[in-house]
Amino acid sequence: MRFIINGQSVERALDARTSLLDLLRDHLHLTGTKKGCNQGACGACTVLVEGERINACLALAVQYQERPITTIEGLGEEVALHPLQRAFIEHDGFQCGYCTPGQICSAVGMMAEAGRGVPSAVTADLDGDSVDLTHDELRERMSGNLCRCGAHNGIIEAIQAAMAPAPAQAAPVKEDAR
Amino acid sequence: MSLIRDAIDAVRRLVPEALPGALPSEAPPDPLIDARRVIGTPLSRVDGPLKVAGKARFAAEVPLDGLVYAALRYSAVARGRIAVLDTAAAEAAPGVLLVMTHRNAPRLSPPPLMMADPRGAAASSLPVMQDATIRWNGEPVALVVAATQEQAEHAASLIRIDYEAEAAALSFDAAKPHAAPPGDILGEPTTIKVGDAEAAVAGAAFRVDRIYRTPRHNHCAIEPHAVTVAWEGDSLTIHDATQMVHLTRSTMAAVFGIAEEQVRVLSPFVGGGFGNKAVWNHHVLAAAAARMVNRPVRLALSREGVFRATGGRTLTEQRVALGAKADGTLAGLIHSGVTGITSHNQCPEQFSFPARHLYAADSFLITQSAVELDMVANTFMRAPGESIGTFALESAIDELAETMGLDPVELRRRLEPERDPTSGLAFSSRHLVEAYRRGAERFGWDRRNPTPRARRDGDWLIGQGVATATYPYYRMPGGEARIRLRADGHAVVQMAAHEMGMGTATVQAQQAAERLGLPVERVTFEYGDSALPRGTLAGGSSQSASIAAAVAAAQAVLVEQLLRLAGNDSPLAGLKPAEVEARDGGLCYRDDPRRCESYASILRRAGQDELVAEAAAPPPAETQAYSMHSYGAQFCELRVNAVTGETRVTRWVGSFNTGRILNPKTAASQFRGGIIMGLGLALTEETLFDERTGRIMNPSLADYHVPVHLDVPEIDVIWNDIPDPHSPLGLHGIGEIGITGVGAAVANAVHNATGIRVRELPITLDKLL
Amino acid sequence: MNPFDYARAADPAEAVRLAGARPNTKFLGGGTNLVDLMRETIETPDSLVDVTGLSRRIEVLADGGILIGAAARNTAVAADPAVRKRFPMLARAILAGASAQIRNMATVGGNIMQRTRCCYFYDDAARCNKRVPGAGCDAVGGFNRMHAILGASPACVATHPSDLCVALAALDAVVHVEGPTGGRTLRFIDFHRLPGDRPDIETALAADELITAVELPPLSAAARSTYRKVRDRSSYAFALVSVAAALDVAADGTVGTVRLALGGVAHKPWRAAKAEAALHGAPATEASFRAAAEAELMDAVGLPGNAFKIELAKRTIVATLAGLVRGERS
Ligand SMILES: Cc1cc2nc3c(=O)[nH]c(=O)nc-3n(C[C@H](O)[C@H](O)[C@H](O)COP(=O)(O)OP(=O)(O)OC[C@H]3O[C@@H](n4cnc5c(N)ncnc54)[C@H](O)[C@@H]3O)c2cc1C
Ligand code: SF4
Ligand code: FES
Ligand code: FES
Repeated sequence: MRFIINGQSVERALDARTSLLDLLRDHLHLTGTKKGCNQGACGACTVLVEGERINACLALAVQYQERPITTIEGLGEEVALHPLQRAFIEHDGFQCGYCTPGQICSAVGMMAEAGRGVPSAVTADLDGDSVDLTHDELRERMSGNLCRCGAHNGIIEAIQAAMAPAPAQAAPVKEDAR
Repeated sequence: MSLIRDAIDAVRRLVPEALPGALPSEAPPDPLIDARRVIGTPLSRVDGPLKVAGKARFAAEVPLDGLVYAALRYSAVARGRIAVLDTAAAEAAPGVLLVMTHRNAPRLSPPPLMMADPRGAAASSLPVMQDATIRWNGEPVALVVAATQEQAEHAASLIRIDYEAEAAALSFDAAKPHAAPPGDILGEPTTIKVGDAEAAVAGAAFRVDRIYRTPRHNHCAIEPHAVTVAWEGDSLTIHDATQMVHLTRSTMAAVFGIAEEQVRVLSPFVGGGFGNKAVWNHHVLAAAAARMVNRPVRLALSREGVFRATGGRTLTEQRVALGAKADGTLAGLIHSGVTGITSHNQCPEQFSFPARHLYAADSFLITQSAVELDMVANTFMRAPGESIGTFALESAIDELAETMGLDPVELRRRLEPERDPTSGLAFSSRHLVEAYRRGAERFGWDRRNPTPRARRDGDWLIGQGVATATYPYYRMPGGEARIRLRADGHAVVQMAAHEMGMGTATVQAQQAAERLGLPVERVTFEYGDSALPRGTLAGGSSQSASIAAAVAAAQAVLVEQLLRLAGNDSPLAGLKPAEVEARDGGLCYRDDPRRCESYASILRRAGQDELVAEAAAPPPAETQAYSMHSYGAQFCELRVNAVTGETRVTRWVGSFNTGRILNPKTAASQFRGGIIMGLGLALTEETLFDERTGRIMNPSLADYHVPVHLDVPEIDVIWNDIPDPHSPLGLHGIGEIGITGVGAAVANAVHNATGIRVRELPITLDKLL
Repeated sequence: MNPFDYARAADPAEAVRLAGARPNTKFLGGGTNLVDLMRETIETPDSLVDVTGLSRRIEVLADGGILIGAAARNTAVAADPAVRKRFPMLARAILAGASAQIRNMATVGGNIMQRTRCCYFYDDAARCNKRVPGAGCDAVGGFNRMHAILGASPACVATHPSDLCVALAALDAVVHVEGPTGGRTLRFIDFHRLPGDRPDIETALAADELITAVELPPLSAAARSTYRKVRDRSSYAFALVSVAAALDVAADGTVGTVRLALGGVAHKPWRAAKAEAALHGAPATEASFRAAAEAELMDAVGLPGNAFKIELAKRTIVATLAGLVRGERS
C-alpha cells in the first residue's frame, strides 16, 4: 500500500485492520499524532487528508491510500514552526501538550472549512456564504478536540492571533494576571 | 498528595535535630522571597517548540528494537473466581508470543501501597495476576503479547473466561449503615470535636442542615496510561507516564525482588496526570511479560482500560449543618459524611478538610467515615476531598446567607477566623478577604441581583454565584537536587521531578536561575528520570515548593564550594556564605555590590570545567508551625435555559491567594485548568458505576463528558501575589486550588438563576426542569 | 478487531456483487461507527466492501427536491447551498451531530445505518438482546438516560442516535437502495424499525442491500425549518431529545404545513405524526403547540433514568415551533 504523508510517498504492507493512526505512530514512527481514545471521541488523532480534518483513529489506513495526508510533523518543524504553532506557544495554548498536535491540525482544517463557508451549529444565518469566526464559532468548531488540562482559553486565543492580519509572533500578549 | 503522613512523621522526627533550639517559626524567610528578576516573568514554555511540533516523546512512543505489543483482558464480574480459562485460540492466533494469565505469570510480590509504604507508588496493594480470584469488575485477568497491536488485541478477545461469581459489596446505600471511620485521614484526625456542635446548631437562630452528594469521577487525562519496558539481564527500564518516578522505581523493585538501582524509570513528558498516573497493574504486567518473552514490550491502555484498570475519585454523601447567630457568626459547624473506598487502598477522599480551616465557629463537629466496596481502587484526583468538600460546605454557606438575608461575600467576611479555627495555629498567609475584595471588584459582584430568578434574557435565566476555594500547602520531604555549574556560565539543575503540563520544565528553570543569579537562558532543568537526584512525587500541589527547597539547599552547598574554590585571589576572599549573594552570573558581597566574581572566572582560575553541588531539602517544618493553605474566591455567571434546563457558564473570575506566582503565563493556565475541570465536576461529569455488577458503563470519552471548548467561557484569573514568608520563595503550589469551590460557585449561581438548589452533582438539565 | 478482507467497490453493482460473494460482509463508509464497533468486537464482519467511492453527488432535481449520493460526507451535505436554503433543518441536524472531524468522514449511508449508543450494547460483559437475541436487556434496570420513551419494547429500550436522520424523517425522505435483484425505494419513515421482540433487526434493508442515495422531495415549508438538540454538554454529545421542525403559518395565523420529528426518544427517528395532525389548521400559538406535544407524548413511557425526557420533549417541541413562528433560525 502506498501513502502520501507530508508530501512523501511511503509503501507499507499492512494488515487491513491497521488504522491510519497506528500506521503513523507504530509503523512510521510519526508519533506527533496522538492516541487519546481510539474511539473518535477526543480529537487527539486529528490529521488533514486533502486539507480536511479527520480522526485518524477511526480511519482504516487502507481507505487512505494515495491521498495526501498532513500530520503535525508536516505543518512545521521545531526550528521553522507554522504561525499557528508559534501562536500556541505565545498564548500558552497547551499544558501537557498531548492534545496539542490534534488541536493545531484541527484548527488548520477549521480555518479552511470556514474559508469555504462551511457553517457550524452556532452559525446564525445559514444563507450567508462567508463565516465570521466569532468566539462562539471558534469554540463550537473546535469542540471535537478535548483538552483535559484546560488550555481552552489559550487555544482559542492562539487561533485568533494566528488568524489576525498581523503575523502571529507579533501578536500582543494578553495581559493575564493582576 | 501521597505520603503526607510520612511527611508529617518525618518532620516530627527530624525537626528537633534539623533546627536545634530554633522553632521553625523563627526561621528567616527565604532571601529570594521578593526577587523579581526572573521569577514573575511570563516566560513561554521551554518545551513549547517540541510539543507544538509533535516531537515531545511520550511513554507509548519510545522506539525500541524488537518491540512487541501487549493487550489486556479485563474481568467481567466484581467478585469471584475464574472457573474456566481457555487460552488455546489466543495462543494459536497469528503473531502471538505470549498469553499470560494467573496460571503462568511469574510469582511476584504485591506492590507496596502509596500512602502506606514509604516505597509505595501503587494505588492498590492487591497482588497482580497471582491467582484466580477476582476483586473488582475490570481487573486485568489476561495479557497477550504479539507482534502488532492489532494482533494482540484480537488474540485477547479470543480468550474464553467463565467466572464463578460471588456476592459483592457494590451498593453505596446498602453499605452506608456500616460505614466506619478510618484510623486517620492522611495523617490528620478523623474527627474533630469542639464543644457540642449538634446542640449549637439545633439552638441557633439561623440553621442550614443539608445532605449533598457527589458521584464518582475519572481523571481522563488525554494521554492514556502507557509503559514501554525493557529488561537487560536483571535490570529493568520503564518508559512511563508517571507522577512519581522514584516511587515507581522502588515499587517495581519490590515487586520483582530486585534492587532499586536495577530499575530505571523515565518519564520526560506526561500527557496529564491529575493524580491518576501512579503504579497500576499494567506496570507490573508489562514488565512481567517482557521478562517472559525476552523482548521489549509496550503496554498502552485503551481508553476503556484506563477506566477499568485505574481508579478515579470516589463518591460521597456529605452533611453540612450550620447554626448562625444574628450577627452572622457561627455557633456551630458540622461537616460529616461517608465515602466509598476499598480494602486495598489508602485514599479517604478528605472532603472534611476545608471545614477545618475556613471559618470561625464556637463549636465544630467534623468527621468522615468510609464504606468498603468491591471496585477498582479509588484514587487521588485533582484536589481530592477539597474539590467536592467545598461543593458541600460552600453551597451550605450560600444557603445560610440566603436564610439570613446576607450577601454571601459579607457572610464569609464575618466568619473570617483570626487563627486556624481547629488547630489554633497561626495562618502563614491567608489574605482571603483581600482575594474576595479584588475578585468581587473585577466581577462586578456589587451589581448582582440577590433575588433568585430575577434576571432573564429571552428563554435564558441569568444567575451569579460565588464560593471559596481552598487547598493546603504541602511540601514533600526527601527531595534532592543537583546543580552542575559549568565554566561557560551555564547551569544544569537536576531533580527527578515531573512535567505533566504544570510548567515544571519552564518554571523550575526560572526559579533556579533566580537562585543562581543567572539569566534563565543559561539554566536547564533536567527532570523525569530516576537516574537523577531523588524527586518527590508530583501531587498535593507540592512539587514547586519541594523543588525550590531542594535547589536552595544545593545552591547553599554550591556557594560554600565556590567560596572555597575562589580562595584568596578572589574579590570574595574571606567572605562567608551568609555574606554573599548570587548575582549577575556570579557571587557578590551583599554589603558591597562591587565585590563580585563570576562563576566562570572562579571555575577558570581553579582550572575546573564544572562544579557539582548536591543537597537534600530540609524537612517541611513550616507545615507544623503554621496553618498553611491557599485560598481563593470563585465568581461565576451563567445562564440556565428556562425551557430545557441547559446550563451555560458565561463568565468566570477566580481570585486567588497562593503565595507568589513564579510565572504568570503558566500559572494562569494552571488556575484555568483547575477551574475547567471544576466546570465538568459541576455540570457534566459522572462515572456510571452499575451497582448490579460493579461495572463502569461509560468507559469512553464519548460517554464520560469532560468539558468541550464550547463549555468553556473566557476565564479571568487574578492573584494577590503576596509571598508566604514561611515557604521557599514565598510560593504555594497551584495545581489543585483552581478546581476547589467551582462546584459550589456554579450551584450557587444556578440557584440565583432559577431558585432551584441542586445538592447532588452533576447539575444536569433534568434537575432544573 | 477480527481480521477481515477489504475490497473497494467502483459502482453500486460491484458493491452488491462483492457483498453477495461472501457471507458476513459489511459495507464500509467513513468507518466512524463500524470501525469503533469492530474494535469492540460488537461487529465481526469477515469482509468489508468500501463504498466511499460511490456517488457523493448532491443534485437539485427538476421538481425542486434534492438527491444525495449515499457516499456524500455529512459536512458536504450541511455545507451544500441548496440544502442550506431549502432544507435548513437538515443542515442544522447534521451540524449538531458529532464533531467536525467525524462529519468530514461520515457518509450519509453510514449515518443512517449507525447503531445505537446504548452502553450495554457496547459492553460485551452486559446482557443485550440486540447483540445476542434472547440474552436479556441490562438497560431496563440500569442506566437508561439516553434511552427510549416512545415505541420501546420490553426487549429493548435503545434509541437511534442519529441527528441527520431526524431531519430525514421529518422531510419525508426516500431511500434508494440497490440489491442483487435490482433497485427499489423505501420511505425513510419505514426504513428503521421499532424493536418489538427482535431488536437485532433494525432496518428494512436486507444484509446484501446497499443504500445508494437519499432523496428529499420538494417541500416549500422546509425553507423555514430548524433543528433543536438538547444534550448533556453544549457540543459533541448525543441528543437527550431533539426536534426537527418545519412550519408554515397561513395568513390567518393558523398552521399550514407542519413537519415534526423527534430524536433521542425512540429506536427510530420519530416522526411526530400525532402532533402534526393536532396542529393542522390550529392557531399557531404556544397553546396549540403544547396540545400537540401532549398528544404526541401521550403514550410515552419513562424509565427511572429518562422519565424527565417526556416533559423535556414536550417543552422542546413547543419552544422550537414557537421559535419558528418568531422567525428564529435556531
Ligand atoms: C464520538 C462520536 C460522537 C458522535 N456523535 C454523533 C451525534 O451527536 N449525532 C449523530 O448523528 N452521530 C454521531 N456520531 C455518529 C456518526 O455520525 C456516525 O458514526 C456516522 O454518521 C457513520 O457514518 P460512516 O460513514 O462513518 O459509517 P460507517 O461506520 O462506515 O458505517 C456504519 C454502518 O453503516 C453501514 N453502511 C455504510 N454505508 C452504507 C451504505 N451505503 N449502504 C448500506 N449500509 C451502509 C455499515 O455497514 C455500518 O453498518 C458520533 C460518532 C462518534 C464516534
Ligand atoms: S436497550 Fe437494547 S441495545 Fe441496550 S441493552 Fe437493552 S437490548 Fe441491548
Ligand atoms: S484518538 Fe482519535 S478521537 Fe481520540
Ligand atoms: S494540553 Fe494536556 S490535554 Fe490539552
